[in-house]
Formats: sequence, C-alpha cells, structure tokens
Amino acid sequence: MKSLAELQAIKDKMKDKVVIREGSGNVRVVVGMATCGIAAGARPVLNTFVEEVNNGGLAEKVTVSQTGCIGICQFEPVVEVYEAGKEKVTYVKMTAEKAKEVVEKHLKGGNVVAEYTIANFKA
Amino acid sequence: MKELSLNILDIAENSQKAKATLTEIILNETEDTLILEIKDNGTGMSEQTLNCVTDPFYTTRTTRNVGLGIPLLKLAAEQTGGSFKITSKTEGESRGTCVTAVFNKNHIDFTPIGDTVSSIVTLIQGHPETDFLFKHSCNSGEVSLDTRELRGILGEVPLNSYEVIKWIGEYLSEQYENLK
Repeated sequence: MKSLAELQAIKDKMKDKVVIREGSGNVRVVVGMATCGIAAGARPVLNTFVEEVNNGGLAEKVTVSQTGCIGICQFEPVVEVYEAGKEKVTYVKMTAEKAKEVVEKHLKGGNVVAEYTIANFKA
Repeated sequence: MKELSLNILDIAENSQKAKATLTEIILNETEDTLILEIKDNGTGMSEQTLNCVTDPFYTTRTTRNVGLGIPLLKLAAEQTGGSFKITSKTEGESRGTCVTAVFNKNHIDFTPIGDTVSSIVTLIQGHPETDFLFKHSCNSGEVSLDTRELRGILGEVPLNSYEVIKWIGEYLSEQYENLK
C-alpha cells in the first residue's frame, strides 16, 4: 500500500539531486496540450516522453514541458524539440510509440527522426 | 474527446491559464448519474465573457478563432440528457470559475470516464507550482489527492520531479484498485 511516508523517503533521497539539476538541461521537449492536442492524443505522448526521458537516464539533459495551441491543429499531437545552438525540430501526428523512437534516436542518439517531422508531412 | 478524463484535463488547463492557485476536480458518481465539478480560484470571467464561452466561435487563443473546450464538455453532458452550468466571479472571496456537468450514465451517448489518473498526473506535471484537489467518489468508496498535503511533505522538492509524479500515479491507481 502506497503511503505518504514513502513520499517522505523520496524527498530525503531527492534533496541533493535538486541542486545538481538546476542550470542544466539544454534540451527542451515541448508538447502542445490545448484542446486540439488533447483530443488528438497528446496525453499519452507527453507521459511517454516524461517516462522514457527518465528511464533512459536523460533527465539531467532534457526537460519535458507543456504548452498551449501551437497553431497547426491538423498536425496534432505536435511536439517541438529545442536544443541550444540548433534549429527547432517539430514532430507532428505523434503517438506514444513514435515518442519512444524519438527519445531513443534523437534525444539519446542525436539523430532527428526525419520521417515524423513536419517537413516530411508538408512535402 | 474519447474519454471524459480528457475533457477534465482540457477544462482544468483553462484554470491554469486563469492563474488559479487551487483547482478542484470533483467527480461524484451514483448508480445512474455522474456529476463533474471543476472549480478554481483564478481570475474569473466577466458576465459578458461568460455568456460567450459556450459558443464554439469564441476563444481566448490567438492562433485560431475556434474554442472548443467548453462546448465539447457541454455537448458530452447534454447528449446524455444531462446538464451543464458555468458560473464565475472576478472579485471577492468566491472569485474564480466553477464548471458543473451532469451526465446520465446509462444513456447510450455517455462517454466513458476513462483514465483520470493519467489526466491528474499530466496536470501536475505541467503545473507543479499550483495546487490540485482531486476527489472521485462512488458507491464503493472514494479516491482522493490533495497536492497541498504532498507539498507539505516534499518541501522544496518540486511536485513534477519524476519520482514524485510516478508515485502520484501509483498512489491514485492503487486507490482505484481498492475500490473494485
């Protein structure tokens, strides 16, 4: 049975970690979570990114956050990846499965998954 | 929306935009009905705005001219023979907005509630600096979570730390398991 005491243990374990995390994280993954995104399936996409980034040991480098409507509702769920010194990458029509692949190939491996980017859909 | 839990996520996002510091999400289920209440202490809306929000062609967004969040929830409730109400105050102690939707659970057009745990986790992940009170009660018991209580234990550790988010998801899922 989960108890609040467990949360206390998490806190004790994390106290030191919080300091380290500050100032790091030069990659930002942003998921569109307005009505259009949510209706198209953004919730599992977001939660997959959160899970995979942490399970893959990328938490120090990558932050996952949410935003409102990006303005291209027909392409939702939309995910943008911002990295210092690089051009923004926009992934469209995302799913949890594609999110896993993006974490593995792009965030971990450094190779953009061109197949899922907006450039590929517009062409 | 495929699940009401997605409508809940969507409407609660409005509360965050209205700078709410506390958002209450209350689900009350009986044999035949479901009452959903989403209440916040945000900036509230003027009477004029309030009259517009159920109109799909009214929106606060700047990227497009259509706002479907509130109309979709209203439709989901009314298509079951239920009802929808929204009240708002911009001043005073009861400042904020309250959305109430009543559903007939046995109606063929009733949308399943779906994965509420996932929606609550998503809200906390995206808005760790504000508080959420979640309560889902039905005949067999109640599931609840109050981030103010968690914050009291966690101190400076953010609510959206992965370990905490994961714990919240498991904590809620376990409560649902115990209802069965």
